[in-house]
Amino acid sequence: MTDQTTNPIAFVAEGTIPPAPPPANETGIVKWLRDNLFSGVANTVLTLASLTLIYLLLKGVVPWVFNGVWDASSLAECREILAGKSGACFAVLSERWPQLIYGFKYPADAYWRPNLAFVLMLVAVAPVLFFDLPRKMLIFTALYPFIAFWLIWGGTILAPLVALVGFVVAGAVFQKLGKNSFAAGFFGAIIVALVVWKIGGALIPEGASENAWLPAVPSRDLGGFMLNMMLGVTCVSLSVPLGIALALGRQSDMPLIKWICVIFIEFIRGVPLITLLFVASVMLSYFFPPGSSVDLFLRVMIMITMFSAAYIAEVIRGGLAALPRGQYEAADSLGLDYPQAMRLIILPQALKISIPGIVNVAVGLFKDTTLVSVISMFDLVGMIRGPILASTEWNGVYWELFGFAALLFFVVCYSISQYSQWLERRLATDHR
Amino acid sequence: MKKSVILGVATIAGLAAGAAAAGTVDDVKARGKLNCGVSTGLVGFAAPDANGVWQGFDVALCRAVAAAVLGDANAVEFVPTTTKTRFTALASGEIDMLSRNTTWTYSRDADLKFEFTGVNYYDGQGFMVPKALGVGSAKELDGARVCIQTGTTTELNLADFFRSNNISYEPVPIETNAEAQQQYLAGACDVYTTDASALASTRATFENPDEHILLPEIISKEPLGPLVRHGENEWGDVVRWTLNALITAEELGVTSANIDEMSAGSNNPEVDRLLGTEGNLGEMMGLDADWAARAIKAGGNYGELFAKNIGEETPIGLARGLNAQWTEGGLLYSPPFR
Repeated sequence: MTDQTTNPIAFVAEGTIPPAPPPANETGIVKWLRDNLFSGVANTVLTLASLTLIYLLLKGVVPWVFNGVWDASSLAECREILAGKSGACFAVLSERWPQLIYGFKYPADAYWRPNLAFVLMLVAVAPVLFFDLPRKMLIFTALYPFIAFWLIWGGTILAPLVALVGFVVAGAVFQKLGKNSFAAGFFGAIIVALVVWKIGGALIPEGASENAWLPAVPSRDLGGFMLNMMLGVTCVSLSVPLGIALALGRQSDMPLIKWICVIFIEFIRGVPLITLLFVASVMLSYFFPPGSSVDLFLRVMIMITMFSAAYIAEVIRGGLAALPRGQYEAADSLGLDYPQAMRLIILPQALKISIPGIVNVAVGLFKDTTLVSVISMFDLVGMIRGPILASTEWNGVYWELFGFAALLFFVVCYSISQYSQWLERRLATDHR
Repeated sequence: MKKSVILGVATIAGLAAGAAAAGTVDDVKARGKLNCGVSTGLVGFAAPDANGVWQGFDVALCRAVAAAVLGDANAVEFVPTTTKTRFTALASGEIDMLSRNTTWTYSRDADLKFEFTGVNYYDGQGFMVPKALGVGSAKELDGARVCIQTGTTTELNLADFFRSNNISYEPVPIETNAEAQQQYLAGACDVYTTDASALASTRATFENPDEHILLPEIISKEPLGPLVRHGENEWGDVVRWTLNALITAEELGVTSANIDEMSAGSNNPEVDRLLGTEGNLGEMMGLDADWAARAIKAGGNYGELFAKNIGEETPIGLARGLNAQWTEGGLLYSPPFR
């Protein structure tokens, strides 16, 4: 018989020990705190110092924001309402809201026009940004610039229509002639477009804009964040294709094209943007006869586009240089001609590499649009620095206004950067 | 032979210039709008209100000129200019006149080729200090930290003033008036110096304006006035005499309230000449008889404009000081309408 007392083994477990919860200080938030915030003397000190700093910051900011006055007609009234308490005077934002967004001269009963243009812009850029969407939507994207122009500037609908017809005819000519010779197609398209615009421009009756369904708004009346958005969107979308062309031109074997591109890029990159803006606003009016100058918005748009195109060209050149030579040779060996090789083999890879750089330039460009305030255009910052701070009611309000401007720009720039990260993940096909 | 060619060319150039010079009055009339350059925003002098309508002391002069020439005080296209773009805008013909608190100096007149058509505000550089500093005169500011806008005449004036009084200071360079307000309130400098009108309007925005005082010394001359291009004498006359009409109207007691009554005829011949009930002063300038009456009606005489935009009743609260009529110890002295 078995006798337990004689068994030489003192203890035998007859089952598994039931799982116990980990010790209190090795789990959950306590463990996390110990590991991450208080893992040593130095880290503990740093944590405490940071907490104090954050507390001090919030102690100032939180009451300032929550005591904020949203309804007053002047800074003095704000101060009366606050009666010595610390608090923001957000009333300036609510009272001058339309001025901050649309500028001070855009007609108030036409605010729906830029609003609609903005919503349509989201629809128009969607198929460009997200290529899962149906490709048919690109037709609307192509029409959008003309619709937006008509909505924002108003006037006769014939002007954007003539412009559209010019582009369509030019495209058709390019398709037809470009098959045989690129040069014939290219220059033929330009000539045909110019002819269409000339004839169309002559056909538009004098004073057609005066009784148009949408009253015309001159460029000088545009302003506020709307102006930043318009400059940012048009300049980015124009400068990407221009930048690609410049980058390819710089790599060209044809000396004339190569040197034109090199000189253009190096000249523009060697000059500060603000200098170009001054040239656009001040110097050009010396060269035109009085009264026949080119629209200021157009001049500024051309300058900013040229500026960012030069930078984007260099970014894309980086992408092109990063491609192994074998890719070019592979394209040649398949018998593709230059446009085909670029379109199908080289550019898709080069552009993918260049995305972070292009986005960087785009974000920088969008913020640079505030520089137009120094040439007396009333963009968001221009509105704040000029009319609003110079009004007797709101002179002396700084944090609220500039904080608001920073917030608007942050929202847009952060979305751009988030989109580009999504795009990079989406296009990641290599094995890194 | 050569000489005659040169003379001929010079004559033609002169004729062309003459034709162009006579042009601006006709240009403005043909256009039906006055292009007037103003500041992008200066408290009390030029700023659009919440409805986007330009208001201010400099703006009022544009309206008066438009009323005199075109008969409509609202027929003005205000072209906002910065300190950097103002002169090129005028020289290139983008604007017909500049009414933008611009100091009349020798070089702007002779070198930049502009014609100042009068002075609508006599300004000068002053000092603002906190009361707690216990200073009563700028000469007691030895060793003070002074907030000063860089690259301006105020910087040079300040250096001159301290050197001539044998005292020292420590400059704190700032870029804009807005930055200066913040620096001064934060105590980064003991003294803020700029034009006295700007100091007054800055002080008016403080939470506790009573804790700061303006020192009595004014250390520079800053006559601010409207200007036109050199050589446009007829147009210059229109601007000059519109301003003079506003000043004379105050001197003679013609206000926007009693002008209709006075236009019917008064027993003062100068009033009658000014308002066009007597004589043909308007005709001499190529305008109709009641040009000055319209200019005065646009916003009031000089005193009314001053009181409404920058005077003691407004938050800016400027005293008339040098800008009082000569009969009251100021410098406003319009040549007679005769």
